[in-house]
Amino acid sequence: MSLGIERLKLEDGPATREAFGDALAELGSDERVVVVDGDVNNSTFTNKFAERYPDRFFNVGIAESNMVGIAAGLAGCGKIAVAASFSTFLMSNAFDQIRMSVAFPNQNVKLVGTHAGISIGEDGPSQMAIEDVALACALPGFTVIVPADGPSTAAATKVLLETEGPMFLRCGRPKVPVLYPGGADFHLGKANVLRDGDDVTVIANGIMVAMALDAAEALADEGVSVRVLDMHTVKPIDVVAIERAANETRGIVVAEEHLAYGGLGATVAMVVAERKPTRLAFVNIGDTYATSGTPEELLAQYGLTPGAIADAARRVLKD
Amino acid sequence: MEARTEDRAELERITTTLREHIVRSTTKAGSGHPSTSLSMVEIVTVLYFGGVLRYDPKEPRYPDRDRFVLSKGHGAPGLYAVLAEAGFFPVEDLLTLRQLGSPLEGHPNMCRLPGVEASTGSLGQGFSIAIGHALAGKLDGRDYRVYVMVGDGETEQGQVWEAAMFAGNHGLDNLTLIVDRNGHQQTGAVADIQPLDPLDEKLRSFNLEVRTIDGHSLEEVAAGFDWARSVTGKPQAIIANTIKGKGVSLLEAEQGKWHGKPIPPDEEAKALAEVST
Repeated sequence: MSLGIERLKLEDGPATREAFGDALAELGSDERVVVVDGDVNNSTFTNKFAERYPDRFFNVGIAESNMVGIAAGLAGCGKIAVAASFSTFLMSNAFDQIRMSVAFPNQNVKLVGTHAGISIGEDGPSQMAIEDVALACALPGFTVIVPADGPSTAAATKVLLETEGPMFLRCGRPKVPVLYPGGADFHLGKANVLRDGDDVTVIANGIMVAMALDAAEALADEGVSVRVLDMHTVKPIDVVAIERAANETRGIVVAEEHLAYGGLGATVAMVVAERKPTRLAFVNIGDTYATSGTPEELLAQYGLTPGAIADAARRVLKD
Repeated sequence: MEARTEDRAELERITTTLREHIVRSTTKAGSGHPSTSLSMVEIVTVLYFGGVLRYDPKEPRYPDRDRFVLSKGHGAPGLYAVLAEAGFFPVEDLLTLRQLGSPLEGHPNMCRLPGVEASTGSLGQGFSIAIGHALAGKLDGRDYRVYVMVGDGETEQGQVWEAAMFAGNHGLDNLTLIVDRNGHQQTGAVADIQPLDPLDEKLRSFNLEVRTIDGHSLEEVAAGFDWARSVTGKPQAIIANTIKGKGVSLLEAEQGKWHGKPIPPDEEAKALAEVST
């Protein structure tokens, strides 16, 4: 299995970016949907929408600021404007346009950032969005979604298009295991319990969810019962699920493919500190930029593995 | 509704009224940008009262309305003055400019004030938003037009040129860019900081149709908009040469020194007298 997942007998499914592209093309019959692209449509898979609905697709060129502004104007005229690019170019390059033209006036713009995290691999740190969740969470009124697999990305894309308001959907480059083979029950702001347990909880999103399940398998062999939450919505966060985990298990591990600052871990910590202080441990990229390498090498190098999650859980339980 | 006032005297009266509003509202607020608002008065007067814009203050968001986007958001006092006179909200509200609780914020907020088509104030963004409006109009088969005003200093922002490239390449003939070329930005003359000439040739090379006018001549402004609406297949740019602080001698005398500064209370009466003559 790729991405360091060994114990789960899961088949690799589509990359979340591809699941997004398929879902967007499928749902694109809604005439209100207009897609703007920063000349990466064959990477974000918005090309699938473009093939079906060329009149409602605009490749703005390598100009993310203009792309986001145009999306805001389209939304202002009643369109469901989808702006998709590599997550780092979208969120970092166009951040002020997102702040000023989308978030502040609360426009119905759907930002889709692909190639998130270090699992893009060889292209290296200039292409890796590892700050994007923090940037999106910092925007008042924004909904922030980090799905774990193909089916849940498809479900998230449907919700994204059907729900009014500014949103950010984060997708990855590599193929990922299918966690919801029968389709995902996806509700904004409501975590999915993928495995119940009462010793320790792992809260994860994106590619770290499959790793959390793998870690839970390993810990089960040691007699440790692990609850695994797919916290696909970082904002608004599922406060109830976090508070329950804090009450019902002895500690929480938060795992994400993102910097330590401003992402899922920081958000969970805020909830825990306020509602029910408990022991926490964090699995993330820390406070550093990565390098080039294969996705598997990078995930191992920067400690994003089932083993790292299991170690964190053991630390939580030891204290 | 198309408010068309062919009577030149009436348009002149409106320019005077707008200038009075700009002076009074910013002086009362004790802050704001009167000088950049004063340079755009004739342009917005013709837009809203010279039969250019199609709008309905009773139904500010009706889908077929024309749109005016003020990309140079610090010209808010000028925009608010014309929107109030056009009936989007009571004229008395102008004196709440910048106060806590007032929808007349320091820069335009489309969520709080009827008639504002885009929230602006971070420069360079309005042209792209206007493109979105123009594209939506084309997609929906609506015949509305979109006008967007940028400052000349604002064209130092790269996004303006990203937008110009897109608008030109897509032949958005329902879109008119207005450059309020008052020649000054926050710390001095545009010509000293980032000279723009030849601005008309630059815009033309991005496939816009370009015309340069005297932005304080009601006749030239009206003729400029008539020309813009006659152009097919290309977006248009109207470069309006204007004077920052137009009508108030205190501001006109030192145009580089009054950006973001209201007229002091003890100079207000003189300024109001000047704009009325």
